[in-house]
Amino acid sequence: MGQHIVTTSPHFEQREGNIQVLPASNVALHVADVSKTFMSKGRNVEALRPVDLKVATGEFVCFLGPSGCGKSTLLSIIAGLQEPTTGHVWANGKHVIGPGTDRILLFQEAALFPWLDVQQNIEFGLRQAGIKARERAAIARKFIETVHLKGFERSYIHQLSGGMRQRAAIARALAIDPAMLLMDEPFGALDAFTRDRLHTEVESIWAETQKTILFVTHNVREAVALGDRVVVFAPRPGRIVREFRIDLPRPRSLEDHNLVDQSADILQVLRSEMVASEEEEHNGSGR
Amino acid sequence: MAQAVNITKQRSTPQWWAKPLRQVLFYLVLLFVWHKLANSNLWSPGLFAGPLDVQNTLVEHFKDGTLITAISVSLRRLAIGYVISLVLGIMLGLLIGINRYIDETVGSLVLGLQALPSVCWAPFALLWFGLSEQAMIFVVVMGALFSITLGVDAGIKNTPPVYLQAARNMGAHGFALATQVILPAALPNSIVGLKQGWSFAWRSLMAAELLYITTSLGGLLQNGRDYSDAPLMIAVMLVIILLGVLINSVIFGPLERGVRQRWGLQK
Repeated sequence: MGQHIVTTSPHFEQREGNIQVLPASNVALHVADVSKTFMSKGRNVEALRPVDLKVATGEFVCFLGPSGCGKSTLLSIIAGLQEPTTGHVWANGKHVIGPGTDRILLFQEAALFPWLDVQQNIEFGLRQAGIKARERAAIARKFIETVHLKGFERSYIHQLSGGMRQRAAIARALAIDPAMLLMDEPFGALDAFTRDRLHTEVESIWAETQKTILFVTHNVREAVALGDRVVVFAPRPGRIVREFRIDLPRPRSLEDHNLVDQSADILQVLRSEMVASEEEEHNGSGR
Repeated sequence: MAQAVNITKQRSTPQWWAKPLRQVLFYLVLLFVWHKLANSNLWSPGLFAGPLDVQNTLVEHFKDGTLITAISVSLRRLAIGYVISLVLGIMLGLLIGINRYIDETVGSLVLGLQALPSVCWAPFALLWFGLSEQAMIFVVVMGALFSITLGVDAGIKNTPPVYLQAARNMGAHGFALATQVILPAALPNSIVGLKQGWSFAWRSLMAAELLYITTSLGGLLQNGRDYSDAPLMIAVMLVIILLGVLINSVIFGPLERGVRQRWGLQK
């Protein structure tokens, strides 16, 4: 068991020290000793080694790492859509035992329902909550304006561009008024221009609504541009290797040289970590 | 052996009337060949009939009302049987689609029953329900139910799991999850089963209507046999074909197109 704990990183203690000072009421998310292993072709695969993480209310945290590093798995566990193999998650003061409307997950493929139009999609969560039609419509209208989709209320999903779909998905999540948005590479499939615009919009929505946001990405600059904190993951086995606090002033620009420098630092860490783990894997198999 | 087949080859700009023209021509030729064959004296008069005799029979039976009655009786049975199959099939397919244990048990049974031609239920239908409407509707239900069930089940299993995750995340569960998410999401892949159920319902009904004589399409067909009335038999078969085509183009065609459009699978 001992080898599973992420004490190999020298920055772990420092991270713990940073977090401990948070008063309990400010902790939106507490991930304690959460790991995930699953069987694949008769082999145990460590998707995620035990991680500990605390996120403050209103914090914007990016999970950064290449594919297979467990970042999406962790997000899905926090969303309550997957069960951890070990450990527990507390979100907004409650023990996570399943999905909840206080934590809304946004997917790369937007996951809007093609049998509903934009308005009906945005009203979906409200409808489940038993809110009356007129009130639903009013709330939906407000968030359609927030994400600049006015005029597309009656469009079906396939009629929207990728960026518009993500906007609609954001509106659908905001309508439910969750304390936390869990964004799983939401802009991964978009072109660079659209992505830039959506970064700006997400940043301003975040500033306005004060929501806690966990944002999964494999794009270093995206992580640095958005996050108060960047949690870096490495693959095989999936684990957290390091954290960076980003104190750059907002709104941030991708061209800002401080941002570019910081991204380069993080990328450097990520690269050396991956080389190290590959070597370890190589030595391990040689033994 | 393996030849490259270019299926996207562009033809020169087609005229809108070219396709219907070809079709009309084809059917005119078919009618002509049919006419010639019927007049060739290859068959004795009771065994085959030409288009003109069939046309006369059709007009005659429409005029005296038997055909209208037969069509309405048969369509009524079909509709009742299909709606029952639809309700039961959707419920059953839903249960099989969402529950592993029901899938393993009931699912395998449905798969087996689907392989059983519905006519096999006819003897039991007569024993259980006697010479009655219920017996015929029972056979229709047995014909359509399992195709619909398997269609809905397949539709659910082919649904991207992300829809379900998103819906559950937004607080949908139980009946609302089933009716607002699982079933609509399954629709594109269920339609095949719904259509197959419909055509099996038709087949089963025709078999059931041969069980005992009523004024129905199957009954008229049986009459034709009993009185060696070839024109009547062909006329009834034509009516059955036309009804099938009509229902397909009025109900299933638009349904399929509508779903494909909404899902963005077709412009």
